[in-house]
Amino acid sequence: MSIDVPMGTSERAASAALVRKMRRQDVIFAVVGVIVLVLVMSLLMALVIDLVHDGIGRINYDFLTHFPSRRAARAGVFSAWVGTTLVMFVTAFLAAPLGIGAGLYLEEYAPKNIFSDIIEINVSNLAGVPSIIYGLLALGIFVYMLGMGPTILVGGMVLALLILPIVIVSTREAIRAVPSGLRESAYGVGCNKWQVMWNYVLPSARPGIITGVIVGLSRAIGETAPIITIGALTFIAFLPESPVQGTPPFVNFDWLQSPFTVMPIQMFNWISRPQPAFHVNAAATGVLLLAMTLAMNGVAIFIRYRLRRALKT
Amino acid sequence: MRTPATARAQVKDLNFWYGKFQALKNINMDIADRRVTAIIGASGCGKSTLLRCFNRIHDLYPGVRYEGAINLQPDGLNLVDKGVDPILVRLLVSMVFQKPNPFPKSIFENVAAGLHVRGIRNKTELEGRVEKALRQAALWDEVKDRLDKSAMELSGGQQQRLCIARALAPEPKLLLLDEPTSALDPIATAKIEELIDTLVHDVTVLIVTHNMAQAARISHYTAFMHLGDLIEFGETQQLFTNPRLGQTQDYITGRFG
Repeated sequence: MSIDVPMGTSERAASAALVRKMRRQDVIFAVVGVIVLVLVMSLLMALVIDLVHDGIGRINYDFLTHFPSRRAARAGVFSAWVGTTLVMFVTAFLAAPLGIGAGLYLEEYAPKNIFSDIIEINVSNLAGVPSIIYGLLALGIFVYMLGMGPTILVGGMVLALLILPIVIVSTREAIRAVPSGLRESAYGVGCNKWQVMWNYVLPSARPGIITGVIVGLSRAIGETAPIITIGALTFIAFLPESPVQGTPPFVNFDWLQSPFTVMPIQMFNWISRPQPAFHVNAAATGVLLLAMTLAMNGVAIFIRYRLRRALKT
Repeated sequence: MRTPATARAQVKDLNFWYGKFQALKNINMDIADRRVTAIIGASGCGKSTLLRCFNRIHDLYPGVRYEGAINLQPDGLNLVDKGVDPILVRLLVSMVFQKPNPFPKSIFENVAAGLHVRGIRNKTELEGRVEKALRQAALWDEVKDRLDKSAMELSGGQQQRLCIARALAPEPKLLLLDEPTSALDPIATAKIEELIDTLVHDVTVLIVTHNMAQAARISHYTAFMHLGDLIEFGETQQLFTNPRLGQTQDYITGRFG
């Protein structure tokens, strides 16, 4: 059914031309968008495909369970992936409670004055500080001043410091996105501030907070500079003590004091050798590191999906 | 009109400021016990501001200031006194908001939320009081088989009745309704109006509404506000049929507002 608009022929032609012009604008932007997307994606894909092509053949059970060796064919990433996993564990364990606590405090509890403004600006600035600066800080304070040595604990601590700003900022954003109606209704039933936070605000913000933590960990897992700076070993042929044991108390924290290496360091070490066989090892390590990061993001997506569903249904 | 009621709360010389802006000017009115009192007026007249003084929800935001008193009977506790903890006020006075805002939890947990806060842990008591509140809110028959399902699955009207049940469960001294039907369709609105009519046997209701016909239908007393002033306050029938002031007459007949 058409609506009869009383319009002269010239008016109608003018508006048709205007519509055409507007449509053209839409088409142009869509085309530009597609071109940019294809360009970026193909660059990324080229990098990933090149890496996988070089490294995938080297990945097998032996590669995962062998220590580094002078002979490229016998070398493996056992100590590296165990080190990375343990360091990430420490980092997550430190960065999540500290970052979420600080973010919650800054967003909900801190009085709005010049001090909280200064802290806010500095937290955002810290996110942009080069990671090697954190490494120097950790070397000066943890390793020398406190005499802790280049251990897994210190490695986890420096990476936790590095990602704290990310966790804090994303926690604050997630909390800010909680609708004020939820807060008001929670206060309305008589909750105190802690009850509102713990029972309503934090659960609603959880998907965003978890995303922030995982994004932070994904950054930390690839960091090399601060880990090298604190003096982690580049060649290590033993594992830290196992965190679990057969005799009571069944957990053992000696591994925190152990020297370690991580995947990016192992990669860096191999890539800087002249023999091409080691370069293949480095590519294989790169693929594994990529897989670990993707797995972590996969877990984040899964958790977020589950939580969203839990909140809705 | 039923027999004249005693006052559940007395508003005495109440002034309220958002920062430097005075939103309420010298409000004086009595809220009749177990009656519906409606507050009407154009947008920005301060009717929601007045309602939100009764449970101190303003205190969540910085830069607000109260002066005067809202004395809650029988013991005359001044709800807006600085020395009175807003949490205590909210334990005494429940509120239902404009937009249905159930918690993203089960239906049971929603109604029990206020009871948990008050330290009620006994399962039998919780179940009894949740059922009673849901019956009061005329929702029991619709949800009794799915109390453990998420409240988000309910329709908008059901969600709002759930919020009313949540507000009723702790047996408040006063029930505040802030335009409770403005986000609902006419059928859901009618259900809630019916519900309010039965509620006044047990609770005192203070309702803000945009809808003058609704005020006329459901309230016993009506307050008409304009730019922070209480212009006219009296029995609903009298205010709507024979208002004392020309300004009220103009508003209720739609000549401004």
